[in-house]
Amino acid sequence: MSEGTTTKITLPAAVAPETTAPVGYKAPIVFGVITLLLALVALLAPQEGDTTFRLASGTDFVEIPEISVPAGPSTWVLVALLVLATAYSLLLTTRRVRTPLWLTTLFAVVAITAFLCWAAAGGTLPVVGLLGGALALAVPLVFGALGGVLGERAGVVNIAIDGQLLFGAFAAAIVGSIAGSAWAGLAGAMVAGALVALLLGIFAISYYVDQVIVGVVLNVLVIGVTSFLFTQVLAPNSAELNSPPRFPRLAVPVLGDIPVIGPIFFRQTVLVYLMYVAVAVVAWALYRTKWGLRVRAVGEHPKAADTVGINVNRTRYRTVLLAGLIAGAGGATYTLVSVSQFNREMTGGAGYIALAAVIFGKWDPIRATLAALLFGFASNLQGVLSVLGSPVPSQFMLMLPYVVTIFAVAGLVGHSRAPAADGVPYRKG
Amino acid sequence: MSDQTPEPDPTTSTPESGGTSAAGTATADRPTPPEPGRWHSMLREITTGNALVAVLAVLLAVVVGSLMILFTDDRVRETIGYVTARPSDFFSAAWDAISGAYSALFRGSIYNTRAEDVTTGIRPLTETLKFAGPLIAAGLGVGLAFRAGLFNIGGRGQMLLAGAAAGWVAVEVDLPAGLHLVVALAAGLLAGALWAGIAGVLKARTGAHEVIVTIMLNYVGYYLVFYALSSQSILQAPGSVNPKSSPMADSAVLPRILGDRFNLHLGFVLALVAVAIVWWLLNRSALGFRFRAVGENPNAARAAGIDVGRTYTTVMLIAGALVGLAGANQVLGTVTSGVTVDLDAGIGFDAITVALLGRSRPLGILAAGLLFGALKAGGFAMNASQGIPVDIVLVVQSLIVLFLAAPPLVRAIFRLPAKEAQ
Repeated sequence: MSEGTTTKITLPAAVAPETTAPVGYKAPIVFGVITLLLALVALLAPQEGDTTFRLASGTDFVEIPEISVPAGPSTWVLVALLVLATAYSLLLTTRRVRTPLWLTTLFAVVAITAFLCWAAAGGTLPVVGLLGGALALAVPLVFGALGGVLGERAGVVNIAIDGQLLFGAFAAAIVGSIAGSAWAGLAGAMVAGALVALLLGIFAISYYVDQVIVGVVLNVLVIGVTSFLFTQVLAPNSAELNSPPRFPRLAVPVLGDIPVIGPIFFRQTVLVYLMYVAVAVVAWALYRTKWGLRVRAVGEHPKAADTVGINVNRTRYRTVLLAGLIAGAGGATYTLVSVSQFNREMTGGAGYIALAAVIFGKWDPIRATLAALLFGFASNLQGVLSVLGSPVPSQFMLMLPYVVTIFAVAGLVGHSRAPAADGVPYRKG
Repeated sequence: MSDQTPEPDPTTSTPESGGTSAAGTATADRPTPPEPGRWHSMLREITTGNALVAVLAVLLAVVVGSLMILFTDDRVRETIGYVTARPSDFFSAAWDAISGAYSALFRGSIYNTRAEDVTTGIRPLTETLKFAGPLIAAGLGVGLAFRAGLFNIGGRGQMLLAGAAAGWVAVEVDLPAGLHLVVALAAGLLAGALWAGIAGVLKARTGAHEVIVTIMLNYVGYYLVFYALSSQSILQAPGSVNPKSSPMADSAVLPRILGDRFNLHLGFVLALVAVAIVWWLLNRSALGFRFRAVGENPNAARAAGIDVGRTYTTVMLIAGALVGLAGANQVLGTVTSGVTVDLDAGIGFDAITVALLGRSRPLGILAAGLLFGALKAGGFAMNASQGIPVDIVLVVQSLIVLFLAAPPLVRAIFRLPAKEAQ
């Protein structure tokens, strides 16, 4: 990060990292480590029997037969592929070419398949259920990550994603119950998310308070307020205030009937479809519109933006509020989809995983979404594998997103660079 | 925005203040007079506006907390329906709710006025000190890292690891009394230090942001300890199916310092010792000077020949050991019935608010820890006698820190004149 002396780095308490990492050897090294780990696992704990991947889901046009492979040999074949990918990445690096995203994605998919081959040996893996469930689990993460990306692109670090999700879930339960409509609940959730964002804005933008501090404290505040009101108000009046209607599962007419893909992506709730729209719109707007250019300018070099007549703090306020609306919608997932009831601290720190996705996704809406999906996959995989009785303790699967993120910030994703003015309040004049 | 004078303040973000030269930044944040003596500077701290703002911030937070208690009280909500017809009902209900809450808070944290004798009467005070111990220790860990410019949000993970390590020694290792306790404590401190050290090393080597790393390590630590507590071969109580260890061996339990009638144990004294050590470290030692130099301006520190990377690692190791003390304190002193994944009891995050309220100064952290310890002890009493959820303490705590971090906001609310620029 020695691009220039003016580079102000990431979060406020931060300082310029002092190491100038040599270009790119981290990717092949991490690839190599993962490959080695998988090889070790396959060597030290060899699995007998076949692994069956079930792709069919009942209502397809065509029935796809189950694919059954011998666990041991398949794992080794896939590990061999990983070795090849690692070698290719190494080759690219020696030629000073950065490891491309497609190779990383391919590597991840193959590595996961290899792991599944090994872990689910002797059992049947419901691929559709696994991926569909992962998508559903990832919805709040994706919404949260989108909110996080927007805020940070405008220069406001948002640690309070968790608070926005939790307050969104809380408001969705109350508003949904009173109005008797899931849509009203969703609207309530979005407003609640924006409310937390407004607090973040007031303290971080107007009063220059350290943004990490505000974020952390807002999370605690929201936990306190929602838990307090839950015990005092919601729990005694559960029927009137804490039993919102749910969003039904809707199949998209034609797309929903495509084998494998249909049941995974197009037989979900409205919130999932909204998520597709949100990701597309945010990604397009951020890079292809005047508004997006302004947001990014404010996050990268507020002074320059100010000089050309952009109102920096107003832009930041608007973006942070919009981000709050989006993150709040993610919170609605908790009370309007799977369980139609609010509970204390029910997000379980999902906002922090969303934050991890923002960083793992290099502050880019599409990559952050992919990261959030990966994290959703890891937590769903844990559930599926524990049913299959896999050899991996469930705690290690649950740990995975966090470990991956640590690897990521330590250098797997190459130079992950935050927007230059991220976390730096703007003082005019 | 013309009426707010942005003022330098340790809790507000000033990463870009100064920045032109090393000397500029060193003086822009905190005016550092040439050591006019301890008492003089303490007096100055009190008389400048900051102390007033701190008091007002606490007051504001308490007012908001009171409103929440008021509007969720059943009788208050009942009587507000006919407040125009019989306002006296409403006001007496409101008075009952508020006075009931605060007298319970007082009885639970300072002195139980309903007690038969003085010994029982001061029991709440000892409870306050018991709760304050780990808050102070963990707050020191967070505050020390703050002074070196690092944000340690990993208190939860460090406490869990420390508690598990201390608990493991206390349960599985057989040592003579006295030595057992020392070894268990040391194991806890070491585990906390190493867990926080990961973040320090990564920050030093790769520039990985410590906020992210420590947050992630919280979860990794949680699942690691969860795993250890669910495996018979590691820490789980023999024959148990719950993720919990066996009770601590008596030889490794922190002794109660006021006799068996009080729960107050040696942990509080250890926390006081930690305050003294950190004070000495920060204000009197070369290492502490390096911490502060790096915290003020790492570029200037590097230019002056300080190894910034090594400083980050060192400060995180020490900070982790301090938070580890809080974790060991929980396991070996407060809840000796066995290690669980809930052993941190929210202290890991509370420590951040303690450090912020204490402005990262050892004595400030001591005071803030005592205040929050009192709130915690009183919160439980409030819950027991008035049915008010303990979560109100979280609300008040976080509001205090928020208001404290934005002095201009507090001044605006109370219509105080803006502070003149320093």
